[in-house]
Amino acid sequence: MIDWGHTAVTIAVILGSCLTLAGMLIWLERRLLGVWQERYGPNRLGPGGCLQSLADMIKIFTKEDWIPPFADKAVFVITPAIVVITALMSFAVVPIAPQFVVADLNVGVLFFLAMSSLAAYSVIIGGWASNNKFAFLGSLRAIAQLLSYEVFMGLSLMGTVLLAGSFNLSDIVEAQRHQWFVIPQFFGFLCFFMAGLAEAHRTPFDMPEAEAELVAGYHSEYSGMKFGMFFVGEYLSILLLSAMTVILFFGGWHGPWLPPAVWFVLKMFGFIVLIILIRATWPRFRFDQLLTFGWKVVMPLALINLLLTGGIVLWKAGAPEFTMLR
Amino acid sequence: MEILFYIAAAVSFLATVRVITHVHPVHALLYLVVALIALALIFYLLGAQFAAALEIIIYGGAIMVLFIFVVMLLGPLAVEQERTWMTPHAWVGPSILALVLLGEVGYLIAAGDHTGSVIAETRQKGISIALYGPYIIGVELASMLLLPGLIGAYHLGRRLSREGRGC
Repeated sequence: MIDWGHTAVTIAVILGSCLTLAGMLIWLERRLLGVWQERYGPNRLGPGGCLQSLADMIKIFTKEDWIPPFADKAVFVITPAIVVITALMSFAVVPIAPQFVVADLNVGVLFFLAMSSLAAYSVIIGGWASNNKFAFLGSLRAIAQLLSYEVFMGLSLMGTVLLAGSFNLSDIVEAQRHQWFVIPQFFGFLCFFMAGLAEAHRTPFDMPEAEAELVAGYHSEYSGMKFGMFFVGEYLSILLLSAMTVILFFGGWHGPWLPPAVWFVLKMFGFIVLIILIRATWPRFRFDQLLTFGWKVVMPLALINLLLTGGIVLWKAGAPEFTMLR
Repeated sequence: MEILFYIAAAVSFLATVRVITHVHPVHALLYLVVALIALALIFYLLGAQFAAALEIIIYGGAIMVLFIFVVMLLGPLAVEQERTWMTPHAWVGPSILALVLLGEVGYLIAAGDHTGSVIAETRQKGISIALYGPYIIGVELASMLLLPGLIGAYHLGRRLSREGRGC
């Protein structure tokens, strides 16, 4: 029997905190970028400027929500919803603390990958439906980038899955009680983090929306709250990337003294700051460099990592192929 | 749970009908994506979680993106062209054949005995053991089929020598 009350509360808590955190992240990023670039950033509204996102939200709601007459209307309208829905759906399998998860799926890792591959549609058809050359170029770049990096994202996670022996995210966290997977799976972590940045199209992989070349890339034609949805969606995917990195490689909720959920949020916060720091310090790649880097460096690295991990797991399990060598 | 199955089945049926009848190629493909997601839900409801996840990752996420990529490049002229192609001459034959199949399905539903809606719960481990155990020949053949594709793609995309590129 499903405990509907518990599930409803969990969903409400996770949805509420995700959306609030995503809003606060917009302010945090602008503030931190300011600090690292030796200026203040938004500091007027509320203590330290922390109500800035609220003001932005009010402004964005009152703006004209314009649909270009040359756009493909139906597709144009549903696209921003896809970004937010796929990001929020992924949080359903994220275990924040023991038993504190909406859906403890047996295929949690695959569910996360499925949602991130569906998120690609928002970028692709958003640029196409805008019927604008810059937006279309942005979505062409996005297709090549997202398809390439999706491959390594899946491959880089398989080492972790092998070590934990499960696709269930709670089991993966439980398997890291004594040792975080970042130590045996360091290269897996590197590949996953790079692929994650590319999937969230963050700097240095933000070619689909490179403002110096493509105006605003795939969301050039979007205004008002539709643009706001793309914006919030980007911050939701940063949250998701940090949460997944913590779960898969940094021991999830495990840690001494503090309660599990606090550890989880602290670790996640560390990765969010790291992602913002990367944006503040790294220039953008050139597009062909991005694809070459992906297929010629990250892909072999992920494959070798998977091969070695598989070999070591079999060795430890005493598989018949290895008994001759012992 | 039964009602969930029927809703997913209805969505997938309607979406598939729209795939065939829609004149706009990109819209038709988007309907196909919806149909695939509905199919994944049906797999999930039948207890095949692994197949459901792979259905979305591989078909919904990767293959359909490539289809849309190619079709997107056709531009707005494609709609007009599709209209001229969609003549009764083109769709009558396949429709009759499909109707025959539909009749067969109807007969089976009316006459056949119905097994339960839950197939054996397939775990990832069971699938892997089956694939790399008794069905290893199939896996090897499939990978041999994919290898020529890979080599062909490499051949088409290889970098020509500096003189040959002409730039």
